[in-house]
Amino acid sequence: MKVFVQAAWAIFWKDVRAEFRTKDIITGMLLFALLAVLIFNFAFELRVENVRQVLPGVLWVAIAFASILGLNRSFVLEQDRGSLEGILLAPVDRSALYFGKMMGNLVFMLAVEVVLLPVMVVLFNVNVFHPVVLLFVFLGTLGFAIVGTVFAAMAVNTRAREVMLPVLLLPVMVPVLIAAVKGAANVLDGASLSDVTNWLKLLVVFDVIFLAVAFMTFDYVVEE
Amino acid sequence: MIQVRGLVKRFGYTVVLRGVSFDVPAGQTVVLLGPNGAGKTTLLRILATLLKPSAGQVFVGGHDSIHHPEEVRHLLGYVSHQPLLYPDLSARENLRFYARLYGMENPDERIDEMLAVVGLSRRTDDLVRTFSRGMVQRLTIARALLHNPPVLLLDEPDTGLDPQAAAMLAHLLREVAGAGRTILLTTHNLARGVDFADRVVVLAGGRIVADEPAHTLTSSTLAELYADAVTQGGA
Repeated sequence: MKVFVQAAWAIFWKDVRAEFRTKDIITGMLLFALLAVLIFNFAFELRVENVRQVLPGVLWVAIAFASILGLNRSFVLEQDRGSLEGILLAPVDRSALYFGKMMGNLVFMLAVEVVLLPVMVVLFNVNVFHPVVLLFVFLGTLGFAIVGTVFAAMAVNTRAREVMLPVLLLPVMVPVLIAAVKGAANVLDGASLSDVTNWLKLLVVFDVIFLAVAFMTFDYVVEE
Repeated sequence: MIQVRGLVKRFGYTVVLRGVSFDVPAGQTVVLLGPNGAGKTTLLRILATLLKPSAGQVFVGGHDSIHHPEEVRHLLGYVSHQPLLYPDLSARENLRFYARLYGMENPDERIDEMLAVVGLSRRTDDLVRTFSRGMVQRLTIARALLHNPPVLLLDEPDTGLDPQAAAMLAHLLREVAGAGRTILLTTHNLARGVDFADRVVVLAGGRIVADEPAHTLTSSTLAELYADAVTQGGA
């Protein structure tokens, strides 16, 4: 168990350190997310009464597509320089690779959201820094990282890998997108925590189930 | 140390290995020769547990590499065509990363030792992307030897190196071989085959077509043997 945690942490820390130097992944994700939000802001002349309903949708469109960019890059970089084999040669369970990569992807997505959310507050003039809204954002992002990391590892070995990831990922992520958008929209519209508990439960159950599935199947995903 | 029995590997309808069998005793250095497409890299990747065979068995240090790959990976150091290093990490950071993957406790002393062995002590904190091809390959050897594996698999380690860097690498590998390791090396360089190995095995068309002790061969006899073997192998 100690070796497993040590290996997963090593992979996570390696990704974060390399990204801190190159900013290969985060720069692309952040630019895409900001541009998407900006375009939505210009495209919709939103009235005060409906902006709270639409804002979570805009946020999740930006997060979803920016995440796909980042998830793709995280394995494409490993594959293109051949370093994925180096990790696969290590005498640890291959799900350590999954957990290390998943944690790295989660941190990159959250880093983008830390910049994106204040920008949305300014552009749409709605305070999204409500604890329950932030909980929805976190659980949804975690779901994206959990499922996206598995599909990114699968897609990297296919010919049309940039297209394959969104085609595989987005249909599976529909429950997360619906729960995160509906729940956050209700909270922004004045609903209490007890009103959105079912949406939160859905996100938690989704994350737990897919984390378990990823743990059990990742060895087969990276097998050549 | 390495036992290969009836190894077959198919990619779709293409058969790359056709019943390859051989043994490598502990401490022996075997050079695997063969033309492009002979199956050398596939064979090494199966031994390294990166590929599963379609049929046959592989044992490394007595462990079945198909059913117990993690035990086998502890015993292996692998150098492939690609360095398996991260260009945006320093030499030390790369080795520290691999040390953690191999579960090494307090690896800094071993990392310093390996960097000294490969002559990179002065560049420990430089990013790998600033290294020459020869330096990258030396760091690759350090990576493969970091956890002190008894078996070293080398897939054309001198590819892309200039003669000086290739000579330095050959010197380094001789030192490694002298440490009692079992080494399986693929190369196109016939002279290196005679010079470096205890035994020369020629692979062609997915079959072993020659297997000779190196001391019985000279560069010219090996060249003849190689040409005959490749013709027989149908390559």
